[in-house]
Amino acid sequence: MLHVTLSGSLKSAAGGRQTVEIEAGTIRQLLIALEREVPSLSEHLEQGVAVSIDGEIFRDTWSQEIRPGAEVFVLPRLAGG
Amino acid sequence: MSLDHDSVSPNRDFKVVGSRPVRPDGVDKVTGRAKYGADLSAPDMLIAKILRSPHAHARIKSIDTSKAVALPGVKGVVTAADFGSVRRSLRAVLENCMAQSKALYEGHAVAAIAAVNGEIADAALELIRVDYEVLAHVTDVEAAMAEDAPLLHEDMITQGIDPAPIKPSNIAQFLEIGHGDVAKGFAAADAVIERSFKTEATHQGYIEPQACLASVAQDGMAELWCCTQGHFVVRDTCAQLCDIDASRLRVTASEIGGGFGGKTTVFIEPLALMLSKKSGRPVKIVMSRDEVFKATGPTSSTMMKVRIGATKDGRITAGAAELCYQGGAFPGAPVEFGAMSAFACYDLENLHVSGYDVVVNRPRQAAYRAPGAPMSTFAVESVVDEMAARLGLDPVNFRLKNASSSGSKSAYGPKFGIIGLAETLRAAKAHPHYTAPLKLGQGRGIACGFWFNFGGQTSVSMNLQMDGTVNLSLGTPDIGGSRASMCLMAAEELGIAYDKVRAIIADTASLGYNDTSEGSRVTFSAGMATIAAARDAVAKLCQRAALIWDIPVDAVVWENGEAKPSGANAGEFDPLSLADIAAKAGNTGGPIAGHSEINADGAGVSFATHMVDSEVDQETGQVKILRYTVVQDAGKAIHPSYVEGQFQGGAAQGIGWALNEEYIYGADGRMQNAGFLDYRLPVASDLPMIDTVIIEVANPGHPYGVRGVGETSIVPPLAAVANSVSAAAGVRLTHLPMSPPRVLQAIDAAKLAAK
Repeated sequence: MLHVTLSGSLKSAAGGRQTVEIEAGTIRQLLIALEREVPSLSEHLEQGVAVSIDGEIFRDTWSQEIRPGAEVFVLPRLAGG
Repeated sequence: MSLDHDSVSPNRDFKVVGSRPVRPDGVDKVTGRAKYGADLSAPDMLIAKILRSPHAHARIKSIDTSKAVALPGVKGVVTAADFGSVRRSLRAVLENCMAQSKALYEGHAVAAIAAVNGEIADAALELIRVDYEVLAHVTDVEAAMAEDAPLLHEDMITQGIDPAPIKPSNIAQFLEIGHGDVAKGFAAADAVIERSFKTEATHQGYIEPQACLASVAQDGMAELWCCTQGHFVVRDTCAQLCDIDASRLRVTASEIGGGFGGKTTVFIEPLALMLSKKSGRPVKIVMSRDEVFKATGPTSSTMMKVRIGATKDGRITAGAAELCYQGGAFPGAPVEFGAMSAFACYDLENLHVSGYDVVVNRPRQAAYRAPGAPMSTFAVESVVDEMAARLGLDPVNFRLKNASSSGSKSAYGPKFGIIGLAETLRAAKAHPHYTAPLKLGQGRGIACGFWFNFGGQTSVSMNLQMDGTVNLSLGTPDIGGSRASMCLMAAEELGIAYDKVRAIIADTASLGYNDTSEGSRVTFSAGMATIAAARDAVAKLCQRAALIWDIPVDAVVWENGEAKPSGANAGEFDPLSLADIAAKAGNTGGPIAGHSEINADGAGVSFATHMVDSEVDQETGQVKILRYTVVQDAGKAIHPSYVEGQFQGGAAQGIGWALNEEYIYGADGRMQNAGFLDYRLPVASDLPMIDTVIIEVANPGHPYGVRGVGETSIVPPLAAVANSVSAAAGVRLTHLPMSPPRVLQAIDAAKLAAK
């Protein structure tokens, strides 16, 4: 079971819910489960998010594996100039 | 993906990486041969001009183009009615390119005309009749948040508040980040400082205005030449807005005369394509500087509050901030990045930052180098500076005591990996600048800054020619010297000289998709793809050598640009150079090429420390920058001159933001200073030589240790200059830009208060 933390605008979109317990071994499984658990996140997930796994930030690369017990944050997709 | 980094250590002894060869685009640029957005023409080309709203806020009751269309020489007109419906995420992009039912800011495009020349197009614009119902407007972020403010979008309900508000407002979103218990943290503090800050909107100030040439043939095949930071994104956006198959729209990126984030979206390109589609002729649009100011993205103006508590011995016990950013007429102000960056330099147990994304009657904001971070960092670093002084602590030591390090929990949640903030602070303290004497009336300021950096989708193709030279096709427009950096990395991997590699920016039909050149991602991700493409080519070179020698491929190694037998058992053969093998390509299997298509992950965050000395004229409030030093972690500087250039460029733009640059609006909601005479960019004579120190704390996520450097350098200067000017003026400056009237006002107010 992963303890997933929602950050910033994602937390806001989830109605203030900051953490979600999810069973997932990859980013794809995480995102599917997250949308099922918190449907109000669907627009953010459609636009793209970033996922931090043990401090390393990934885009929503579906195949990326997540080890059991990893520290996982779902963040807004980064942009820049 | 992440590359396998085991075979290359960031600490390896590089042969060409880290050298400073002549830039490959230099001759073209200094001789005027380089082709920018406006430099291309086509037979039968039309010139298009855009009619823009003179009102800050107005309902468009009707548009009559009949007289304009009847003017001889006019070949096409487009309005919002020519564009179909688009998916949700592109609606604001389209509405910003062409007003729908309302003009939301002065300069908002209402119609576009294509004619046989610019004079006729201008005359035709005069003949378009727009019936406006002028509405009350609001351009200030604080005023826009008021209960009775004029509404830009009558159906906009603030996101992120539970339960959702019943009434619409100009606040698009509310968000919070943080951890710990700030009330407990402030209670444990010996000193608490709270201040309010404001920053004004600034433009990216690129020298080259947006320009493009579009051509849509009768069979639907389309081409677009434009000045952009991301031609693949331009293609995909325009294809959807103009209903063209992506494969039928070939976009070529011109040379770019500056972007800084402002050229990461479309403004005129869909209009040119649609006009070409309707007229059947090529259409060129070149924006004027007035249009650039009024209709392309500046950054947000802001209103902020920051509160910091610390113990007597200099440990920060809590940090809190409230950030209000306006993003122009559409949601999307970079307040979340501002919130995530504000306290990133500090390892805090108790932190809370809230943010408001606010719409106003101004042009839609576009990214500007580290979008959102310079403003919030200005506010936080100003209070950090004041706290150090209040506690009687050295400002560098105070920051070092609280600095984020590997394993620190970032403000936005995850723990940092290997980072180099402390290294930049120590290097700043050891720099002669830090202890140089100051005269009366002069002040020294210091500030730190952070930016994320990211990777993203990247394709690179490498073709080996029969004479042993190499062509490298990249899809990330070169906005900061990336062609030179990619050539260096390709040469390093292949083991050949830098000048044997030539890089070009390929068009969208010639290479796989590439994300935009933004987010300080190019040297990191295109570099990673270049290295992977080179390794792909090396593997093929080894296969060809094995074929030539008639030995197994695993008995061949690649060393110093040559294929060699892996050991005595492999056989006795003279090494084969890349040129030797390439010359035999026709006999050994055909052309040799290397490819890489990746989604680059593993970008390392970057930190910087800036130091600046200034002098304030107490009579006029004018500020003179005397000395400036940038210290920044680059991970690994591939081409140190370009890295230094990025450091200096960020500092120069930050100095302009801090001292002079500002969108000034009249009571009518119209911009008063849409030109470089009145919008004061710093020029060379305003600036001292900006000294640089490159710190290299390798990013373990890149085979050579690269971190992005393009954006972090604009994060600290607002605060560093404010801290310096505050020290010189003897009063804390909290409103940017610190133009002479504002500085004088602050000095006078302080004198009055002292009486």
